[in-house]
Amino acid sequence: MEIIIKPKKILSLDDFFELWRYRELLYFLVWRSFKVHYKQTFIGVAWVFFQPLVTAGVFSIFFGKFINVPSDGVPYPIFVFVGVLFWQFFSGALLETGSSITSHAALVTKVYCPRLLIPLSTVVVKSIDFFIASTLLVVLMVVYHYTPRFEYVIILPIIFFIAFLSAAGGGMILTAINVKYRDVQYIAPFFVQLLLFFTPVIYPPSLLKDHAWLLALNPMTGVIQSARSILFGTPEFNFFLFILSASSGCILFFVGIFLFKKMESSFADLI
Amino acid sequence: MHPVMIEAQNIGKKYRIVQGGYITLRDVLARCIRDPLASFRKKINATYIDPKDFWVLKGVSFKINQGEIVGIIGKNGAGKSTLLKILTRITPPTEGEARIRGKIAALLEVGTGFHSELTGKENIFVNGAILGMTKREIIKNFDEIVEFAGEGVKKFLDMPVKRYSSGMLVRLAFSIAAHLEPDILFIDEVLAVGDDEFQKKCLGKLENIRREKNKTIFFVSHNTSAIQQICDRCLLLSQGKLVKEGKSADVLEYYLNNEGRLNISTSFLIDDTKEAYIETVGLFNENGFSTSRFATYENIYIEIRWTNREGVPITPNIKLINQAGISILLAFDTPADFTGHKKKEKGHYLNRFKIPAHLLNSNYYYLDIALNYHGICYDYKNYALGFSVWDPMDDKCIARGDFKGIRDDIVLWPALECSYEKISK
Repeated sequence: MEIIIKPKKILSLDDFFELWRYRELLYFLVWRSFKVHYKQTFIGVAWVFFQPLVTAGVFSIFFGKFINVPSDGVPYPIFVFVGVLFWQFFSGALLETGSSITSHAALVTKVYCPRLLIPLSTVVVKSIDFFIASTLLVVLMVVYHYTPRFEYVIILPIIFFIAFLSAAGGGMILTAINVKYRDVQYIAPFFVQLLLFFTPVIYPPSLLKDHAWLLALNPMTGVIQSARSILFGTPEFNFFLFILSASSGCILFFVGIFLFKKMESSFADLI
Repeated sequence: MHPVMIEAQNIGKKYRIVQGGYITLRDVLARCIRDPLASFRKKINATYIDPKDFWVLKGVSFKINQGEIVGIIGKNGAGKSTLLKILTRITPPTEGEARIRGKIAALLEVGTGFHSELTGKENIFVNGAILGMTKREIIKNFDEIVEFAGEGVKKFLDMPVKRYSSGMLVRLAFSIAAHLEPDILFIDEVLAVGDDEFQKKCLGKLENIRREKNKTIFFVSHNTSAIQQICDRCLLLSQGKLVKEGKSADVLEYYLNNEGRLNISTSFLIDDTKEAYIETVGLFNENGFSTSRFATYENIYIEIRWTNREGVPITPNIKLINQAGISILLAFDTPADFTGHKKKEKGHYLNRFKIPAHLLNSNYYYLDIALNYHGICYDYKNYALGFSVWDPMDDKCIARGDFKGIRDDIVLWPALECSYEKISK
């Protein structure tokens, strides 16, 4: 094995082989965060359930009951729960990945590893939280007597994968910029909060009537809408929206990787 | 002929000095609005050299063969750590190229990735993986790692490491690293931690790795005696350039004779965010001349100029370290100012310490200088000064008398008070 150390590295196929060689480290990084996470918080796993449940509960009371936001004919609590579940995964993963390089400074400045592992492991940890919280959705589906359309259920993992790519892509862009401009981590949460209103979490896109297409640019729109179609049968599964969201998620991911690789070489010097 | 394991060609690294640490997006946007053409102008003017650019390393080339232990020495800021970071791929060089043949592992810090909430056992796995071990290797070496780390660690293996003493933590961390199985091992200063006994154990382990497994080791240290003990060959870096390479003994002698001696006085960058800071330190002889070479019969004067910006109580102090890295003595300014009251006022101060004649044996010595008080350290300068004591072996040397041998096993050779009388016929 020969390693050649040269001034500047650009993205190449070798980077992906290298990621594969380091897969065990990815596993250990995820394992570490997971262990720490569930050791530190007193209520442990309960917190993962508590967050989406309480958020969806509050939304159901205010938007569902008092403001009477429409929900495509689905009971509002379960309608909003799907949105909240995906949204909390996306926003949580986006922000945490966005500061992942700076919060793993010791790893970046003291050892060599493909740095892509750091944001990736953060998104994977968030994904585990998502899957744990998803069991609540199953309970709610049973309570509200909904059975998903089984012929489409295989699409659910793909839908999640799009959300994964979008969060990872956005997160990599944020973290790469954050290493250089340290104030980004204070600005980002504000914009992510605003983004909630540009995603059909608490309302259906049909509410915007003719302007609904604006939402389609946001990859999370397709993710949440497609998930609802499969789980509840309404609205009708919009294949075009699904493809649009899949492609914007992929683009975001590749832009993220590209920008990340471009900045990667300077991480250790800037932190 | 052993195969070449590391081949560095013309390595250079440029840094940019940024005032005040980080750049913020806010500043960049503000600058863009104020002067939108600035970056454009810089691009047109190709010969433009940015005064903020600074070469930490320049034109460094060398080859290292299999089975060698090579040490890098040089003063602080000579570029040792940067070179190590380039070779371990933590940061890329600005120019040049290096080829490394074989699996590498780096130990730039003990316990990278240790998490205080995780148990010792869990940390062995995480840290091992971070250092590049596979899960199978960790499991295979697990018992040996625990054994090497010692009894204390063994007992607390299932406790979170936040309950460990710092010594235990270092032992565990080094023990993991020592069981890596790379072809080339890079080590930076890590032996500076841990007690003497453990340090000896570590050096022994390095020797073993090299001899039995024919590994290559690249070793950065301030500890010149450790380098002399285990390194065959040495590279000396000075201001980013490779100034000498060769047998350890030769390079070390050159280093101590030239560079080690240079810091007879040092001025420090003033960090005025500190409550108190050291400005300059210097070495003087009886006649007030600056020097770094003292005969055994000469008094050694150390002057420290410092500023008490906030008016905090402070005890300036010095620590004398010999070439082997052993701390010989520690001295406070308390005889001059026992109450500590005087130093509470704001202002500039000058402290003068005297190391009396007829105390130190001939050797090389370093001084650490610190400003602290009751556990608070305001300023600390590692290896601030260096000097040599030589033995003229003449009539003035009352400590040695007419004994003319060299005793390099002795640290202090004082002229102790000694009475003399004949008690019977």
